[in-house]
Amino acid sequence: MGRYIVRRSLLSLPLLLVISFFAFALSHLSPLDPAEAVLQAQGVPQITAELLAATRAELGMDRPLLIRYFAWLGACLQLDFGKSYVTGKPVWSLLGPAFLHTLKLTLASMTAIIVLSIALGVICALRQGKLLDRSVRGISFFLTSVPSYGLAALLIWCFSVKLDWLPTSGMESHASYVLPVAVMTISYAGIYFRIVRSSMLSQLHEDYVLYGRACGLPERRITARMIRNSLQVAVSVFCMALPIILGSTVVVENVFAWPGLGTLTVNSILGRDFPVIQAYVLVLAAAFVLLNTASDIIQAAINPKLQKEL
Amino acid sequence: MKLIQQLWKDKLAALSLTVIGAIVIAGIFAPFLAPHDPEEVHMELRFAPASWEYLLGNDHLGRCILSRLIYGIRPSVLYVFAALAASVCIGALLGFAAGYFRGKTDAVVMRVCDVMLSFPGYVMSLAVIGMLGAGLENILIAFVLMKWAWFARVIRASVLQYAESDYVKFSKALGLSHIRIMAKHIVPVALPDIAVISSSSFGTMILQVSGFSFLGLGIQAPHAEWGMMLSEARAVMFSRPELMLAPGLAIVIVVSSMNFLSDALQVALDPKLKSRRVSQPGAAASAEALTR
Repeated sequence: MGRYIVRRSLLSLPLLLVISFFAFALSHLSPLDPAEAVLQAQGVPQITAELLAATRAELGMDRPLLIRYFAWLGACLQLDFGKSYVTGKPVWSLLGPAFLHTLKLTLASMTAIIVLSIALGVICALRQGKLLDRSVRGISFFLTSVPSYGLAALLIWCFSVKLDWLPTSGMESHASYVLPVAVMTISYAGIYFRIVRSSMLSQLHEDYVLYGRACGLPERRITARMIRNSLQVAVSVFCMALPIILGSTVVVENVFAWPGLGTLTVNSILGRDFPVIQAYVLVLAAAFVLLNTASDIIQAAINPKLQKEL
Repeated sequence: MKLIQQLWKDKLAALSLTVIGAIVIAGIFAPFLAPHDPEEVHMELRFAPASWEYLLGNDHLGRCILSRLIYGIRPSVLYVFAALAASVCIGALLGFAAGYFRGKTDAVVMRVCDVMLSFPGYVMSLAVIGMLGAGLENILIAFVLMKWAWFARVIRASVLQYAESDYVKFSKALGLSHIRIMAKHIVPVALPDIAVISSSSFGTMILQVSGFSFLGLGIQAPHAEWGMMLSEARAVMFSRPELMLAPGLAIVIVVSSMNFLSDALQVALDPKLKSRRVSQPGAAASAEALTR
C-alpha cells in the first residue's frame, strides 16, 4: 500500500508541472499584450510606446520565457501570485477567501448529493419498477435537461420572492446555503443516484442474497449487506465527483452572488484581470489533480486489486 | 437508413427527432420564419403581453421574443453543433489512428488524452475564454480544445475491437492500403458508436454553452441567444418572471429531446439494451456527465 501511495503521488508531479506551465503560458496565448492589458485595466487614458516599455520592464516581461516561468512558479509555491491588474491588491488576498467560500459550498453540496443519491438509489432499487421508482427516474431524467441557472432563478422566484423564506443571494447566514446547495444537488444527484441504484440492482442477483434468503435471514439484514456492498462502487464515484463539483460551481455562484471562486473568476474574465485568472486555473487544476490522486489512493485501499495496476 | 427506420418505431424517439429537425430547420431559415427583426427596439412596446402581432410578447426593450427565440437557435444549437462536430472530427481522426495503427501512435495519442482529461474541463474552458476574451467564438474554441480528448479515447476503444477482427486482418493480408481498409471496414462499423457518444454530449454542451452566455461570457448584445435571453429576463425577474419562460422552455425542450434521442439511438444500435432501457433511462447522458 505504501509503495502504491508513493508511486501514485509521484505520477501526479509531472501533471502538476504541465498544469503550471499551461497556466503560465495562458497569458501569452492572449491576443492582448499583457503590458497593454495592465494599462487598460488600470484605466490609463492614453497608452504610449514609452509607457508600454516601462510597464513591460516593471512586470519583468523583457526576460526570457523559461526564466520568467521558473520565477513565477517559485513565487506561486509561496502563494505569491502577483498583483491584480484591476485593484492592485495581491491576488492571494482575493483568491484565498474566495477559495474557502467555494470549498464550503462544495462540501455542503457534496454532503447533500451523497445523502440524497444513496437514499434515493437504495429506495428505488428496492422498489424496482414500481411507481415510486419510475417517477423518481423520470423526474431525474427531466431535471438533467434543465439548465442549472434556470432552475436557480426559478427557486429564487419561488422561495425568495413569492414566499420570502430564504435570502435571494449572498452568504450571510446558514439560510443562504439552502438555495445554492439545492440547485447543485438537483443538478448532480440525478446522475449519482442512478449509479447507486444500478449497483444495488446488480447486487440483487448475487449468490449471497439467494443464500441468505434460503437460510431464512431477515430481509432487513440482507438489505443492509447489499447496501454495504453496493456502496463500494459509490465511494469511488463520489471521490471523483468532489473535484468535478469543486470546478463547476461557477454558474450557481454567479446566480446567487456567492463570494466564491466562480464569481471572482467571471468578474476577472470580464475585466481582463489575467493574474487572477491564471491563479484560479493553477489553484483549481492543482486541487483537481491532488483530489484525483487522493481518490485513486482511497479506491486502491478499498480494492487492493487496483494496487497491482500501477 | 435502417437505423432511422428503427428509431422511427420508438414513439418518443420519433417525437424527439421531429422536434430537433424542426428546430434545426427553423434556425437555418430564421430570416424567413421570424415575424420581426430580432434586434428592432420598440420602447413603446416594453413588456407588452402576447398579441397577434407579437405572438410571445415583447421583452424589456420591446423586441419580439418569438423572433429572438428563432434567431437564437443559431448560436444556441447550430453553432454548438458545429463545435461538437469539429471536436468529434479531431477526436475521430486521432482515435482511428491510435486504434488502428496501435504501437507508438497509440501510446502518444493516449498519453496526450490522459493529460487533457486530467484537467478539469470546465475550469480549462473558463481559462481559455479568460485569455481570448468573452464571445461566442471563444467559448466554442474552448470547447473544441477541451472535448476532443474524450472523443478520441472513446472512438479508439470502439475502433480497437474492429481493428483486430478477422476481416481486417484478411484485408491486410490481401495487401489493401491502410486508407482503404479504414474507409471500407472500420469507419462504417465505428460510425454508430460515434453517433451515440456525440449525441449524448450534445445536450450537456448546449447547457454549458448557454450557461456561459448566461454569465455574460458568450455572445454579446444585442444578438439573441437563449442563455443570454434568460439572463436578460433575470434582471427583471422580480417584476416580470414570465419572461424567463420562453427561453427556459426552449432549452429544456431541445436538451431533453436530445437526451431521449441519444438513449433511443443507443437502444437501436444495441438491441440487447432494450430490456435494460426500462431500468436505466438516461444512461448515456449520465456517462457523459461523469466526465465533465
